[in-house]
Amino acid sequence: MKRNWPLHVLVMPAILLAIVFNYIPLGGIIMAFQEYKPWFGFAGSEWVGFEHFQRIFAFSEGRQVIWNTLVISSFKIVFQLVIPIMFALLLNEVRVMALKRSIQTLVYLPHFLSWVILGGILLDLLSVDGGLVNQVLASIGINPIFFLGDGDWFRVTVIASDVWKDFGFSAIVFLAALAGINPSLYEAAVVDGANRFQQVLYITLPALLPITIVVATLALGNILNAGFDQIFNLYNPLVYDKGDIIDTYVYRQGLIGGNFSYATAVGLFKSVIAFILIVIGYRLAYKYANYRIF
Amino acid sequence: MHYRSRTYRIFSVFNIVFLLVLSAICIMPLIHILAVSFSSPAPANANLVRFWPVDFTVSAWEQTFGNQNFLRALWNGVFRTFLGTVISLVTITLAAYALSKEDREFKGRKMYMYALVFVMLFNGGLIPTYILVQNLGLINTIWALVLPGAVNVFNLILLLNFFRTGVPKSLEEAAFIDGAGHFQILFKIYLPISLPALATVGLFTMVGQWNSWFDGLIYLTDSTKYPLSTFLQTIIVQNDFSQLNVNPDEVKALSERTVRSAQIFIGALPIIIVYPFLQKYFVKGIVLGSVKE
Repeated sequence: MKRNWPLHVLVMPAILLAIVFNYIPLGGIIMAFQEYKPWFGFAGSEWVGFEHFQRIFAFSEGRQVIWNTLVISSFKIVFQLVIPIMFALLLNEVRVMALKRSIQTLVYLPHFLSWVILGGILLDLLSVDGGLVNQVLASIGINPIFFLGDGDWFRVTVIASDVWKDFGFSAIVFLAALAGINPSLYEAAVVDGANRFQQVLYITLPALLPITIVVATLALGNILNAGFDQIFNLYNPLVYDKGDIIDTYVYRQGLIGGNFSYATAVGLFKSVIAFILIVIGYRLAYKYANYRIF
Repeated sequence: MHYRSRTYRIFSVFNIVFLLVLSAICIMPLIHILAVSFSSPAPANANLVRFWPVDFTVSAWEQTFGNQNFLRALWNGVFRTFLGTVISLVTITLAAYALSKEDREFKGRKMYMYALVFVMLFNGGLIPTYILVQNLGLINTIWALVLPGAVNVFNLILLLNFFRTGVPKSLEEAAFIDGAGHFQILFKIYLPISLPALATVGLFTMVGQWNSWFDGLIYLTDSTKYPLSTFLQTIIVQNDFSQLNVNPDEVKALSERTVRSAQIFIGALPIIIVYPFLQKYFVKGIVLGSVKE
């Protein structure tokens, strides 16, 4: 009665696009083991084995870039977990629905703007000579801060602006979990004489634990993704030492510098580690929080 | 009840004030940029503008819309967004319908699903993908922008979970008994019922296409083909006018702070316009589509 072939036809466009643009480039990975020269192609380029991978760690630059990536993304992961949870808990205490909605509308917005737009805005706001932020700091007696020109401040800026952009949107899953808590638990706690703070401590937070585990384990898979779009649109040669991450390094080495093989090796190193971490993350999320994606 | 207690009411007031300040911080940068764009160059360059235009003028906006390069980039951006959204939405809707079936109904579903999820988790990386696009002869064409990312697996999974939870199985069974095929079921039952879901995914795709800038930067060598995001990236973020063959006066006009602000705001404007529609659906969509019991 129900024939199967139309279903195969329906998935075909998606599968064909995935084969062409995702699976065929996987073959290009072999250039990481070659000294790839565009005019010789894959067939004519010389094989060098794992030489490029050894270079990643032999170069102090390569080590530094991996370290920068880990530092920036670890801080992002921690803050993007803690701050959205705190925000969700506080928003959950707002009883006036119209007010709650308005706050939500405003805090979600930055998530949808691109880092090009936000980069343009931040370059203006954070400028060392008279940007709005430095004006505010000056009015309370703080000397101008070179947010985007000093390595340490650059990291702080990147982490803070990432949290600013996404904390509201990240809070959505926690708000949904809060909405799903059975109200009778709170009623029982009130009968037992618990105040609001105790209710949060003994009912709300434990109820948030499963989704927190899911978000945390999935975020770990992204530990080598410190945010290409953001860094690329905010950094400059002054902060390469502390702000360069694996993805921006691959871009500069590969497409700008023409070191195709080396850049591919760095990218592959990142992808393999990330893949392993994501698979482990999904397994853990499935095991401990019964989370599945499809 | 706890919310009648004195300490809780004090907390409540502080909490609301704090959250309002927080929400203001989320949009104040945008308001500042808007205020700068409507101010005269002199007060803008002297950093006198905060959240209200100083010495109001629309000249920055006139200059922006009077600039051929900007208008062309704006049109390229609109066209790319339209084409990209249509291709992506059609592809993933068809696939999501098929993949929303049970394993026993659709032999091979699992294999396709794993093939697509793998794509989401692992890829050849920047350089091999670039070389492929180059070998396909897509450099400097719009196809280099709309085809490689057309299958967004995350959106596909959102949609397929919607199809699974939102469409009553009995309706589908009844239609099959009446002799309908898969194509009829998809167009006459699934799509009408799933309009909110399609709107969500469609708007996500549109926002993604509009915001994309990096692919334009690497795959287009002819700057007259740049979509707006890429154009803004080169002239506002990189401050690089060498790509654009413009005369020095035009460069001066384009790099004016007030004009820059107007351009940034126009780049954000489509998002601000679709955002209310987007917001109506996405909260439910994200939660419903991403977590499956």
